[in-house]
Amino acid sequence: MSTPAVKPGSTSCSAFSKFGRGSCPSAARISAPDAIFATVAAVPPDDLALNTAISFATNTNWQAYSGESTLSYLTQLLGLTVQNFVSAATGMAVLVALIRGFTRRSVETIGNFWVDLSRSTLYILLPLSFVLAVALTSLGVVQSFSPAAEVTLLEPVVDAEGKTHTTQQIPLGPAASQIAIKQLGTNGGGFFGANSAHPLENPNPLSNFLQVLAILLIPAALCFTFGDLVGDRKQGWALLATMLVIFIPLLAVGLWAEQSGNPKFSDVGVDQSANVLQSGGNLEGKETRFGASSSVLWATATTAASNGSVNAMHDSFTPIGGLVPLWLMQLGEVIFGGVGSGLYGLLVFAILAVFIAGLMVGRTPEYLGKKIEAAEMKMAALVILIPPAIVLLGTALAVSIDAGRGPVSNPGPHGFSQILYAFSSAGNNNGSAFAGLGVNTPFYNLTLGFVMFIARYALIMPVLAIAGSLVRKKSTPASAGMLPTDTPLFVGMLAGIVLLVGALTFVPALALGPVVEQLRMTAQSAP
Amino acid sequence: MTTKQSRPLFDPPIVKRAVWESLLKLNPRHQLRNPVMFTVYVGTLFTLVLFGRSLLVETGESPLFVLAIAFWLAFTVLFANFAEAMAEGRGKAQADTLRSARRDVQAKRLKTPCRVAESEVVAASQLRKNDVVLVEAGDMIPADGEVIEGIASVNESAITGESAPVIRESGGDRSSVTGGTTVLSDWLLVRVSANPGETFLDRMIALVEGAKRQKTPNEIALDILLAAMTIVFLLACVTLVPYSGYGVDLAGQGTPITLTVVVALLVCLIPTTIGGLLSAIGIAGMDRMIQANVIATSGRAVEAAGDVDVLLLDKTGTITLGNRQAVEFLPADGIAVERLADAAQLSSLADETPEGRSIVVLAKEKYGLRGRDLVALKAEFIPFTAQTRMSGVDVDNRRIRKGAAEAVEAYIHERGGQFSRELRDKVESISKRGGTPLVVCEGNLPLGVIYLKDIVKGGISERFGHLRKMGIKTVMITGDNPLTAAAIAAEAGVDDFLAQATPEAKLKLIRDYQAGGRLVAMTGDGTNDSPALAQADVAVAMNSGTQAAKEAGNMVDLDSNPTKLIEIVEIGKQLLMTRGSLTTFSIANDVSKYFAIIPAAFVSTYPELARLNVMGLATPSSAILSAVIFNALVIVFLIPLALRGVKYRSVGAATLLRDNLLIYGLGGLLVPFVGIKIIDMILVSLRLA
Repeated sequence: MSTPAVKPGSTSCSAFSKFGRGSCPSAARISAPDAIFATVAAVPPDDLALNTAISFATNTNWQAYSGESTLSYLTQLLGLTVQNFVSAATGMAVLVALIRGFTRRSVETIGNFWVDLSRSTLYILLPLSFVLAVALTSLGVVQSFSPAAEVTLLEPVVDAEGKTHTTQQIPLGPAASQIAIKQLGTNGGGFFGANSAHPLENPNPLSNFLQVLAILLIPAALCFTFGDLVGDRKQGWALLATMLVIFIPLLAVGLWAEQSGNPKFSDVGVDQSANVLQSGGNLEGKETRFGASSSVLWATATTAASNGSVNAMHDSFTPIGGLVPLWLMQLGEVIFGGVGSGLYGLLVFAILAVFIAGLMVGRTPEYLGKKIEAAEMKMAALVILIPPAIVLLGTALAVSIDAGRGPVSNPGPHGFSQILYAFSSAGNNNGSAFAGLGVNTPFYNLTLGFVMFIARYALIMPVLAIAGSLVRKKSTPASAGMLPTDTPLFVGMLAGIVLLVGALTFVPALALGPVVEQLRMTAQSAP
Repeated sequence: MTTKQSRPLFDPPIVKRAVWESLLKLNPRHQLRNPVMFTVYVGTLFTLVLFGRSLLVETGESPLFVLAIAFWLAFTVLFANFAEAMAEGRGKAQADTLRSARRDVQAKRLKTPCRVAESEVVAASQLRKNDVVLVEAGDMIPADGEVIEGIASVNESAITGESAPVIRESGGDRSSVTGGTTVLSDWLLVRVSANPGETFLDRMIALVEGAKRQKTPNEIALDILLAAMTIVFLLACVTLVPYSGYGVDLAGQGTPITLTVVVALLVCLIPTTIGGLLSAIGIAGMDRMIQANVIATSGRAVEAAGDVDVLLLDKTGTITLGNRQAVEFLPADGIAVERLADAAQLSSLADETPEGRSIVVLAKEKYGLRGRDLVALKAEFIPFTAQTRMSGVDVDNRRIRKGAAEAVEAYIHERGGQFSRELRDKVESISKRGGTPLVVCEGNLPLGVIYLKDIVKGGISERFGHLRKMGIKTVMITGDNPLTAAAIAAEAGVDDFLAQATPEAKLKLIRDYQAGGRLVAMTGDGTNDSPALAQADVAVAMNSGTQAAKEAGNMVDLDSNPTKLIEIVEIGKQLLMTRGSLTTFSIANDVSKYFAIIPAAFVSTYPELARLNVMGLATPSSAILSAVIFNALVIVFLIPLALRGVKYRSVGAATLLRDNLLIYGLGGLLVPFVGIKIIDMILVSLRLA
């Protein structure tokens, strides 16, 4: 997750890529802490503090601030990292409770939250994080309690105000330990403002690969957990297949869009093809050490899983390239999704799918032997209804008032995409930022904070209610007349329902943002 | 089912009444029951207000366009009302046929429940529960009730369509009578079992009247889903106003989306197809039950029928023809088969039971033994008694007996004869094959065994095969011993059987299945079936059965045909499938409507969006109007499907899902593209675009 408000500016920091349309304060303002306990120079204002607290507690990790300039090492370690662990563990605890709703029969309880929370943290998140943190450190991710290092620039730089700079602050800190859980727990909150584009968070292609793997690892593995717990691995495979059926084509679309580059550059004779000398594609806002492909893979993985970290500026993607991550979030973060939350979200979609498909085979619907009735539908409807509702209404509010329109860097369809992206990210607990929208304002801090809060807790409650309702029911043994939920047909049906709900809800909004942009870009570049 | 013909789908009098009813259903209180159609209803009124405004102030919209939208939205509501009214009309027409019989019947109410007690003549409608009436030959039975005294033959053709009279008597399992049937001979004292308006028929009629109908659990769940979708689309459409306002402000061209277009888009997107037809589908399901001569007492029972996992079927009458037939004579060692056949025939000549007659027939067909005159032979017939468990004949000095193996064995031992091991083996082998052995002896000499066989109904095993494909387990219930039961079960192809069934064993079996999470259906007629009927999820009582059985069940089969259970399951499945298929169709429709309306709504701000007009619709207003018209007309086109139901085939769930997804999912995706384009072309050719 990046810090849209505090983009690395145009200082000649060799480590940073030059980001296109920066209108933001310069990175020279970084005030690194002298020691772990040092408080930061500027105490975050109340609205930002509230936003950040909600953001990390809800596993969103939306960051309206820049880590190195706003927070002390202690805050990052004790405040944010702890939240990274427990928010992910909460997701798993809720998931396991829902699964128990399916596996237990005619009982009243769905398990103990504290037991599940501790087990998830101790047996899954901590060991994996430790291994990943060590690996990342070995690849060059910083893990240090030293204050920021001051280095002399090779060439003095003159900033916008005419001042000449000869030195640069290189921020340090205990980053690797936080980044490990940031990726494994699908949190995404960067230690540094530039998030995974920062060379000290994500130094090279291998670290990039390990982190993408870490992002998808637990959400994918939980499908098998599900299969094992319900006593039928094929059920877990079906859900994983559903995720892949949506993930792979969208990844392909994103790759195609970004790798084909910007047609307007082609018009003026810029070579954007991939060849031995360059990776090619649309490189605006991307790290050259990753290129277009790794950036798209990252963008797709982090928005499919509700991770939200970025290694490139999504704002600078082509319209369709930007639509892919935007839409993946709008699908409700169920394609991998957050740790635990992604799978419980997909299970709610599965409940919806069996409701319709089950009727089509002439039975009242059932999933894994449990009847899906009015009580479950009521709760499932809430889970599916709430995220689009807050995204659409939040965006509507923002585009209607000056406080919302003001911080947009590119007014017009692209500015609309920026606002829609911010609310889609917060409203689905992703935390990914499009950049380009100055979100560290009281308006955005408060509205997005509220949206994140609702998106997390207003969904957990109905999910637990479904679990509680299912666990009391008898279980029908499988028979030939029952809808099979482990076949390619059902995978297609489930993927279709996820896509259709996402498309039908957001097509009008998308049409006014990325779709117009794309049509405009291709129309004007036509000879 | 001789008196019933299938009613044409659009029976003119029903259509006429339905048109009128669909106007009456515009009452907002009625509309409120259906969240989807209520949204359209409010949208229509709102568009009418917009029309008024467009007449008074310049809004940039043609008032005619707004009026056309309002007009078609109103039609959407009316078409949905019409569908419901059609289903109701058909159901009521069917019920009226059944009910007409009992109008203006005079009843002889007795002061005390005694044949000779003083009676007064009252109208049937004044009878209350527990009144006792006297019904004599030629009288019509005034109300449903139970015979407390007397025996009579009753013509029940008004209800069942079966012209052969049936016997009704007090006590036993044939004690219940139905109002509207006629006593042909003798007399009955009947205790009325229901107040007017509470009879089975009245309950059924309430189930087909939209206003009084209780929603079934599955309908409620589906309603929730549809309401949730309506809310999502409401948000998606309403937020377009600020979104497009923002676009217009910054692009500096075009006009923001108008409220008329927002309402039109909303109505096109919300699932009006299934929303409008939902109650018609439910009512039509009940109609089909009535057409099958089954009266269901709740919609829930019809739905549950689709979910049945286990069918408990009585052997006799359902799986086998009621009667056993002799198929073979197996002589004891040293006895000629002709001697056995001769003795068997002699002992059966006076035996009027179907089994006895079949022995005579077999002897004639296989051994050419002609029937003989018992009187000429001076033979004395010994009838069957519960004590001896044998019947037979004494002619000259021959004492021929036939009966169950144990009884005959005891009889032979008493007279100093021997019952050989080899004969016992034969008896056993017949039992194993599902037959009933009848041992024949003369004096103390056993002659052999008659093999009586249960005849399994033709085609029944294929029927069970279909059920198996539907995922339904069949269990045969019989009073036979386990050996016989196993053999018949194997021949008929049922999955399991319960032998030597007692009411307690039946009840326990149902409870066991239910504890395992299965839904159980059964038929029953006797009072001793009542506990099991009450326990079963789908319990079909035979109309010929006792009042207690009917009260315990949740359906009554007027034809008293136990095989009907299979039909009932199919009707239940059909009902659910129709709901699911039309929901899929309705949702899939939305894709094309976006392609019609989104470019039309925003093209003034963003001319690039014209490229999304893949259907090449003439103008923005014709595109929007075509989508709205299609949305309304599709309801009309689907009324026949809603009333008839999606055809159910027993091919297994996976195949059914695939086929229905292809037809209603893919079809729902593609059909509107064609439909909207055609409507647009018509609008253009009429110069309305």
